[in-house]
This record gives sequence, structure tokens and C-alpha cells, in this order.
Amino acid sequence: MSAIEKLPAETLPDNGLLRFLTCGSVDDGKSTLIGRLLFDSKTILADTLHAIQSTSAKRGLDVVDLSLLTDGLQAEREQGITIDVAYRYFTTGTRKYIIADAPGHEQYTRNMVTAASTADLAIILIDARKGVLTQTRRHSYLAHLLGIRHIVVAVNKMDLVDYSPETFAQIRDDYLAFAAELGIADVRFVPMSALNGDMIVDRGEHLDWYDGPTLLEILETAPAIHSAHAEKFRFPVQYVCRPQDSANPELHDYRGFMGRVESGELAIGDAVTVLPSGRETRVRDIQVLGESQPHAVAEQSVTILLDDEIDISRGDMIVKSGELPMVSKQIDAMLCWLSESPLDPRRKYLLRHTTRDSKAMLAGIDYRVDVNTLEQQAAERLVMNDIARVSFRLAQPIFADPYSESRGTGAFIVIDESSNNTVGAGMIV
Amino acid sequence: MNTAMLSQSGQARLSHLDWLESEAIHIMREVAGQCSNPVLLFSGGKDSICMLRIAEKAFRPGRFPFPLLHVDTGHNYREVTDFRDRRAAELGERLIVRSVEDSMARGTVVLKSADEPRNKHQSVTLLEAIEEFGFDACIGGARRDEEKARAKERIFSFRDEFGQWDPKNQRPELWDLYNARSFKGENIRVFPISNWTEIDVWQYIEREHLALPSIYFAHRRPLVRRGGGLLPVTEVTPARSGETIEHLMVRFRTVGDITCTAPVESDADTVARIIAETAITTITERGATRLDDQTSDASMEQRKKEGYF
Ligand SMILES: Nc1nc2c(ncn2[C@@H]2O[C@H](COP(=O)(O)OP(=O)(O)OP(=O)(O)O)[C@@H](O)[C@H]2O)c(=O)[nH]1
Ligand SMILES: [Mg+2]
Repeated sequence: MSAIEKLPAETLPDNGLLRFLTCGSVDDGKSTLIGRLLFDSKTILADTLHAIQSTSAKRGLDVVDLSLLTDGLQAEREQGITIDVAYRYFTTGTRKYIIADAPGHEQYTRNMVTAASTADLAIILIDARKGVLTQTRRHSYLAHLLGIRHIVVAVNKMDLVDYSPETFAQIRDDYLAFAAELGIADVRFVPMSALNGDMIVDRGEHLDWYDGPTLLEILETAPAIHSAHAEKFRFPVQYVCRPQDSANPELHDYRGFMGRVESGELAIGDAVTVLPSGRETRVRDIQVLGESQPHAVAEQSVTILLDDEIDISRGDMIVKSGELPMVSKQIDAMLCWLSESPLDPRRKYLLRHTTRDSKAMLAGIDYRVDVNTLEQQAAERLVMNDIARVSFRLAQPIFADPYSESRGTGAFIVIDESSNNTVGAGMIV
Repeated sequence: MNTAMLSQSGQARLSHLDWLESEAIHIMREVAGQCSNPVLLFSGGKDSICMLRIAEKAFRPGRFPFPLLHVDTGHNYREVTDFRDRRAAELGERLIVRSVEDSMARGTVVLKSADEPRNKHQSVTLLEAIEEFGFDACIGGARRDEEKARAKERIFSFRDEFGQWDPKNQRPELWDLYNARSFKGENIRVFPISNWTEIDVWQYIEREHLALPSIYFAHRRPLVRRGGGLLPVTEVTPARSGETIEHLMVRFRTVGDITCTAPVESDADTVARIIAETAITTITERGATRLDDQTSDASMEQRKKEGYF
């Protein structure tokens, strides 16, 4: 019997939400693994199963190809590969999961970066026959760079190596050596067969020598990043609410600052500082739908009212006094270049950080990282999928924290104004 | 309301529904902050009813920074269009209705047969409305769990001047740093409840006590069995000769074009009962009810490439 039985919705306890991605090299079974998770957790409904059964049969397969569940684009199904991220959802009765299925092909690395940017946990697949490959290293490095704290290495296709414990141990040792170089602290290993469903939701019959948890058990107990540790209060202002309703005198002077708490907590009465003006005041009220609430916590969207009339607009930031972020027109960052047109040191770009935009120019490329060897190399320019340490000069100051302390105030994107495309992803160091 | 729970470590953490709601509010405020002339698509269906609630939480006590737009196929249940008008009036927000039948009269929509489903023709009318009002962003209530092409789409999804989605060349979308920039004539489609599932929607409706058109709840209506599904007998969908009309207890899981939206048999007459049924259903929302999505493996992707929501 499956480890998961569908519970009636009323009895679902709410243990929050975990976002994870699957990544690794081409064809190591990422999409199949997700299909298996959905299938064994009974998330796939009869008509969807029927559709992929008939597509599999049309292709002359004698088993159901579970990768068809996430490879939703025509081009992906034709080629049997993943091109862009697919998002999938399932719930176990204790947790809701958002899964991002990332493509393995090197050409689509930027789509893997998109998937990793919002994940709390990464499952890195390795084909047991092939061991640690270049793309395994690349994706491990990127997952680490993007601040994913929990890494699960899924040694897949164990059925093709006779479920050999030696093969598993060898791959684990190889990976651990590489992980140590990167400084990855939290890494766990699970042997599995996505095709047969061994050690994913159910333990299966072939891996008796393994006494660790199944993949799902690891997911159920992994702490989500947003419950990790206490952080400084950061509130980028998204929108200013000024109803100026002449029929309602109470609203005449209403000025609410709307946004989402990127990190930390706030209570009514707290002393706050507004950036860039540096003016200090206190929190008069915290509201949702006009109703007062005593606190605001990380990831909550609220409206803040202040004691004093201060000029505040979108792009400003409210922080607790005494916990100021770095205010700077010069930033050092790790940058992933995502565009087919190379980074041009002579051009101005738009840098978007929280709700604030600034013109930006490259001030220098310290080095480019060779992801295979982790070697730092000199570079004149950056092309698609390059990762480098760079510095930018900005026209306006931004209010930032190191990415390692806060994703929300440490991350930025680079936009090319001639195409409006998002061309770079940066993490402030 | 936004109730923060305490985790083992003593740190406040949001429940999954609070997290989804907060994400959706953040997305709507980004649209308001970044776009100069956005619009929110409102059909009177359950997803767009949730969207209105999210917009209230995002912008009250202010007014919505966008009007509401319904692209009316002319094939709607009265209960739904009445609800649409009533809800917009209650909120005191501006509702624009543009109709596929007007596009037919103009000759920009040409039907192959008079009674064919008009869902896919909404694209033309939507693009005409976008041009008429110069909208630079359209906010919609589509969810990624609905369909496999939707599962691949960004939250801020760029469309070129023909309204086309290019699935092989989407803008990278990192963290919560959304890029809604576009040039004149181009358009961004925004999906704040991308990460919600059908059951999340129902749980939200229950928690927020949201009113719904009556046809979402079990009621008795005349139907015929056709092609393995149940078809309501209405003015635009009469019974064919030889078919037997039955009177059954049914409810709708989605509401849309009458000619291609089928109900399911059900006794669920409260939101709680619908949630209980949804948790144990064996058929997807679209599989059960959308006859037009089943024609080919890629029909949604194809329609999106042509400008569909
Ligand atoms: N024997 C065996 N085959 C597997 C297993 N897992 C996946 N496969 C097969 O490996 C092939 C590739 O699987 P996919 O799931 O499409 O691989 P992927 O990692 O998603 O590929 P990309 O997304 O294109 O990088 C398919 O033919 C699968 O059936 C496994 O555990 N055992
Ligand atoms: Mg894949």
C-alpha cells in the first residue's frame, strides 16, 4: 500500500509550503521522478493518466512515460527533452509542494536558474551508470550560488546497475569531495529508480541495504527557507495608497505604504527609518483590508501607516531603526548572464533591486568561474550562461544586504532597455 | 485573515493559503507599480472571484488601479453574468464588457458553424479590447495546475504585438523581481494565482466567505448524455432528436461557454462539501468539464500562441 492515503480536506493540517526543483544532467530522469512523485502520491487524476498512457502507446512504449506529465510543450514532447521549467503541485496531507522541473540541457541553463531562484531545496539527479558529470557540477554550483541550503542527491536508474551498493557509495564519495570544495554543508543521498518507483514514496523491494529515509520523507521534514532564522526587517514600498475620498473624511489624510515584508518582523509602535531620506518615525498601524493587526511577519503583504507625514514613494524602503542595510551606488556581485547577446561593458543597463530601478554600468569583471573546475579566470566580456564576479556603478543608491543573509534584498536582475528583456541575475556579495 | 503560525523554532510562518494569498497580492501591486494602463479580466467565475478578493486586499481602502474587463462570448449562463454585474457594482469598480458577438458583426470573428464553441474566439475580441483601450497588462486568473501548457508559463508572460506567446523563448523570471516592461502595442499577461490549485481556490473561497454564482452548487437541471459527458439542455444547446432529457443533480467546476462547459453529477450544495468532493475526485477540472481542450494534445499551447489567455 502506498505511504500516502488521500485525506479528506478538513483534516489536512497546514505545515506550510516547500518549494523545490529537480536538476542535473540531460536524461538522468528528472521529469520521470516528478511524474513518479505525483503518481505515487495520487495527485495524477484518471483522465491525465489516460492521456499520457495513450501518448506512450502511440509511441510504441510498453510502459507509461511519466516524463510526459511535466514536458507540456509540443517541442518537448517531440524531442523527449525539457526546454523550460514546468511547475507542478502536490500535497501530502501535511505539506503543500511547488515543484519546478528544470531542463538538463546546457543550452537551457538560464531556465534552470529561473527555477532555482525560488526554491528552498534542490534534488540533483545523477544517472547511476554515469556518475558525477559536468552538468551535475554546474547545477550543484548554481543551486549553491542561488542560496539553496538543502541539497538532495538522487542517485537514479539504480535498476540499470543491479541496485549495487558499491556504485551508490562510489558516487556519494565523488560527490562529497566536490561538495566540500563548494562549501555545501547540508547534502543527503538517496538511491532510487524513478522508473520503478523505488525509494521515492515507497521503499520498493530492491534496495534493502539502504536504511535511510525515502525521498518523500526527506521532503516532509526539510525546513523551508523562510522559517530558517530571524532576520532584519526589510519592507520595500511597492505602492502608495492615497484614497483621497472626499465623501469619507476619515480617509482624507490616509497614506498607506503597501508592500510585502521581505524579511524580519514588525510591530505597531516600532521605530523605523525610511530610505533614502533617512527620516525616522514610528509605526502607527499595520493593516490588511483596512483592519488593524499587531504584527507583520516575513512574506506577508500588508499596508503600513506611519506616525509622521514623510514623503515616501515606490522604490523607497522602510527598515527598523538601528538595523540599516548597506546604502550604496557601487555593488559587488556574482552575476549569471542569461542573454544571447553578450554583456557589453560600454552600455548602460537597468538594474532592478526590490521595487527600485537604477541605471547601471559595469565597473569591472573580477573573474569568470569555470564551473567544471571552479577555477577563476580573467574575462573581458560575458556570454550566455557565464557566471562571474563583477561590480556595477549605479545612478541611484540601492538599499541592500548580502544575498547570503537575505535573498529578498540581496538579489537583482539586469534588464536590457533596448529589448526590455531580463538579461542577468545578480547576487550581492 | 492573515494568521501567522508559530513553527517549532518559534519563528512566525505563514500557512500555505496565507503564503499564496500574499504572493498574489504582491504580484497585483507590482502590476500597479510597473504598468501604466493595466486591466483585470473578470468573468464571474470562481478564479476571478478570488482575484477580486485579492485585489481588495491589495488596494483597499483605495480604489482598484485598473478597470475590470469581461470578454463575453454571448454563450454565458445568466446566473454568471448577473453575478458579474452585481459584484462589480458592489465593489464600485468600473466593468467593461466587450463581446465576441460584436467582433462577429464586425467580421473579425468568423464562425464555421453558428453554434460552435466560442472560447477560442475570445482571443480576437480580447486583442481588439487591448487595442481599443491601450492596455499594457492584462491580469488573469489562470492557474498552472489547469493544463500542461499553462504549467510552463511565467507569472509575467510577454506577448508580442499579435498577442502571441513564444514558449521556447520566455523571459527569465527570477525571485520575485518581475519584469513587466513592454513597448507600445505589446502586452504582458499576468497570472497572480499561478501557483494555486483547484482545492486551494475552494479553501480560499471557504475561508473568505466569498459568494459565488449559484450554478457552482448542486442543483437540478435538464441534461442529455452525449459523447461520454453530460450536456445541459439550454436555448443554445437544445437536445438532438433521439436524445433523452434527464433531470439530474449537478454542479459546475468551471463556468464558461455554455456549448463546451459540462457539469458534474454532485450533491455538494455547500463549499465544505465541494472541498470534500474535490479532495477525492479522480478527474481534472478541465478533463471533466472542458470539451474544447480535449481535441488535441496541444490545443491550449496552440491557442496561447494565437493570443488566448
Ligand atoms: N531504467 C531506468 N530508466 C529511467 C529511470 N528514470 C528515468 N529513466 C528513463 O530515462 C529517460 C530520460 O528521462 P527524463 O525523465 O525525460 O529525463 P530528464 O532528466 O527529465 O531529461 P531533460 O529534462 O531533458 O534533461 C527516459 O527514457 C526515462 O524513461 C530509471 O530509474 N530507470
Ligand atoms: Mg526533463
